[in-house]
Amino acid sequence: MKDVKQLATFYLDGQLFGVEVSQVQEVIRYQEMTPVPQAPAVVAGLINLRGQIVTALDLRRRLKLPERAADRLPMNVVVRTDDEAVSLLVDEIGDVLEVAQDAFERPPETLIGEARELIRGAYKLENRLLLVLDTNKVIGLS
Amino acid sequence: MDEIVTEFLIESYENLDRLDRDFVAIEKNPSAEALGSIFRAIHTIKGTCGFLGLGKLESVTHVGESLLSLLRDGTLQVSPKIIDALLAMVDAVRQMLASIEANGHEGERNDSALIETLRSLQKLDEASAVTVPPSTAPLPSPAIFRESAAKAQRISPAANTKNETPRAPEPAAPLVPPEGPKFGEMLINQRQIALEEIDHALEQQAKGDPRRIGEILVQQGAINPTEVLETLQSQGESRAAVADSTIRVDVGLLDRLMNLVGELVLSRNQIMQFAATHEDSTFIATTQHLNLVTGELQEGVMKTRMQPIGNVWNRFPRVVRDLAVACGKQVRVEMAGAETELDRTIIEAIKDPMTHLVRNSVDHGIESPQDRIAAGKPAEGRLYLRAYHEGGQVNIEISDDGGGINPEKIRAKALQKGIITAEQAGRMSEREMVNLIFLPGFTTAAMVTTLSGRGVGMDVVKTNIEKIGGNVDVQSRLGVGTSLKVKIPLTLAIIPALMVIMGKQRYAIPQVSLLELVRLDGELARKGVEMIHGAPVYRLRGRLLPLVYLSREFKLPARQLVEDGNINIVVLQADGRQFGLVVDGISDSKDIVVKPLGKHLKGLPVFSGATIMGDGRVALILDVIGISQSANVVADGRERGMAEAAAPSQDLHSERQALLLCQCGHDRIAVPLAVVARLEQFVSADIERSGGREVVQYRGEIMPLVRLASDESAGGEENETESLQVVVYRDRGRSVGLVVDQIMDIVEELVTVKSDYQRGNFMGTAVVQGRVTDILDVRAAIESVDPNYLAHAEAA
Repeated sequence: MKDVKQLATFYLDGQLFGVEVSQVQEVIRYQEMTPVPQAPAVVAGLINLRGQIVTALDLRRRLKLPERAADRLPMNVVVRTDDEAVSLLVDEIGDVLEVAQDAFERPPETLIGEARELIRGAYKLENRLLLVLDTNKVIGLS
Repeated sequence: MDEIVTEFLIESYENLDRLDRDFVAIEKNPSAEALGSIFRAIHTIKGTCGFLGLGKLESVTHVGESLLSLLRDGTLQVSPKIIDALLAMVDAVRQMLASIEANGHEGERNDSALIETLRSLQKLDEASAVTVPPSTAPLPSPAIFRESAAKAQRISPAANTKNETPRAPEPAAPLVPPEGPKFGEMLINQRQIALEEIDHALEQQAKGDPRRIGEILVQQGAINPTEVLETLQSQGESRAAVADSTIRVDVGLLDRLMNLVGELVLSRNQIMQFAATHEDSTFIATTQHLNLVTGELQEGVMKTRMQPIGNVWNRFPRVVRDLAVACGKQVRVEMAGAETELDRTIIEAIKDPMTHLVRNSVDHGIESPQDRIAAGKPAEGRLYLRAYHEGGQVNIEISDDGGGINPEKIRAKALQKGIITAEQAGRMSEREMVNLIFLPGFTTAAMVTTLSGRGVGMDVVKTNIEKIGGNVDVQSRLGVGTSLKVKIPLTLAIIPALMVIMGKQRYAIPQVSLLELVRLDGELARKGVEMIHGAPVYRLRGRLLPLVYLSREFKLPARQLVEDGNINIVVLQADGRQFGLVVDGISDSKDIVVKPLGKHLKGLPVFSGATIMGDGRVALILDVIGISQSANVVADGRERGMAEAAAPSQDLHSERQALLLCQCGHDRIAVPLAVVARLEQFVSADIERSGGREVVQYRGEIMPLVRLASDESAGGEENETESLQVVVYRDRGRSVGLVVDQIMDIVEELVTVKSDYQRGNFMGTAVVQGRVTDILDVRAAIESVDPNYLAHAEAA
């Protein structure tokens, strides 16, 4: 059997992104957030996840994409790291996709800047590209 | 790690912690009890590590045990040299245990020098041995297994020593743990084996046979292995019976339980909020029951996390001894209230600051024996540690009878370092000067020794204590001694907080930093805030209070003050400085569950955590010290020094007093603000009756009410919705509500109380704000209603 990976996918500014399924704790609809004054811009706020306080990061800001339209409510992709859960705010949730390792390619040299650190590479799907994020780097503040 | 090893480590650490204290005790007064306890601890470690194959640990503890057995038998006298060697052994054991914990083995080490010392001290005994009078019966021999079964069976060790050693000042305690019958004894009792065979086996062990009694007996064919196993099992059972009342619980599990209780408290709050809008009586009754049970559960779980402060203090006798020996001083440590309990997170947090304070007392406080004798004091200095509960907080005092802090020296040093100006110094009271030692960059040591002043100054101690919501104060009399008083909260997990509104969000402010609330309406709102070159201030009882606008700190759009017509100022205390935090609105106060912030927000100084509100939303908890720093209220040490010097004296013995002014009928009365816990408002419908007294339900307890108004104006005509103003007085965990007609103001004035008019509940009369005012004696007022209430509170 070929090397296959499962990716949880979501959309940001029309592009398809994915993170490894094993790192995703859950996906939840928009939650009311408590903004945190003086916090880095990427921190969108705090949400109450069944009594646990979880920091929500705006992935658009993290990836330096244009701001989300004010009338569009983001979804939460809650990922679990070693020490805590963090929510990633995305535009829309996609399917869980199985991708074959041989469809993977590293990002081209022309991808520069911080995004290069965060995007591990792309899976060449039939009709589009699926960009894989390095979850730990996305969560870690540089 | 192997479960057995883990258990061995836990047990050994516990034993070792006790040991340090025992060692210092026997140096002063070699009681058989303390010696027996030390011996048992080392013996247990030795026994277990033999079983676990920890050879190095076993060889060290083995010689230590032999030396101890000589001490315990009285063959050898306790000397400082021996204690030094034994303490060195304990340290070695501790290092090995730490290494086992970290790496799974004892580590590369060579303890032969230590072993040699311990051994030579045993030999020394021939020269300096005490002659044992022939009348003295030999004490039972050391090891549990070596103890003659015959003797143990016929006469109990305690009876033995009592009858036959009249010379001994106190009867020796039983030398084996009293809880379990001995293995040999049990075998004989079960008639499985003859006395001689056991004696023989014990003899062999004494000659150095490493095998256990059971093994020797089985190999000699005196007994079969099944019998040994059965006997061991029943031995274990009879020991376990004693241990049944307590169990070991993993701290992580307790932390999880505490978190769950926190969740429950939050859900309870939500349901309570929901129930308030409902009229279904069953639902309301169930909610109230849930409320009670949750409250009790919270209390119970908090209790499981409580640890006696003695756990921290245990190591102090050793610390003090080592330090005293190094400085050539003699110091006696005395403790009171070691059983006072604190949440384990707080115990952890105060460990280092406390150690520092104790070191300081020995190093800088207590004088050398010569100086002490010259000053007419006993050569031995006294360090006194005391802990007690007071008003929901724990007070810890560390006092010494040393030389005290010389305010003149402090002043000279502060001037020299530029912390204060000469003019400020001239205005400072002695007490204020002594408190300068808490400023950064101040070291009182004329000479920095290696043992104290390891780069941690008193300012760090102060900061660390303030971090957990406590405070520290120093009082000192030159030549008489110094006393440091540390006040800390009982727990950090659930704290009372004031909720304030800012923009669309609510924020929690821990009640410990809160001094008072000021609301400026109408005219005052427009004129009350003045500017000092752009810095807003408010005149609070004649003193300029710097204002910090939370909206500005949080970069939120400023509210139109004039339109809304009022300004809310939360008066806070941080680092000994007061400032007013201006917020949009004040909500209410409640107990909140503190939750940590994620790592993205750890670096923010203005928040100390977050909590979940009754409606499920998240509210941030303001870090008062952080805000004061980010708003420059508390700048560097120099400014702090000046600020403190500039502030009028808060000294207790000064006659300036903060008073709460109330109207009661036609009388103006004043309550000393120091005894006021909170101000509350109830409606008449809340009042219930119990035992002929008026009571209200308040924060999960039943609070009796005391009406301060004179009889003709009290009671009767008020209707169900009329609100009552209640001043809550709290003492030792019990509250009493004092009912007044109206709360007018808080004033701080120079008050001269004339006690000529002393009557009933009042300690006298004074002129406050130009009007005659009765000063309330709170305790007398409470006692007049229920003479036993306070007595009960004290007993509880």
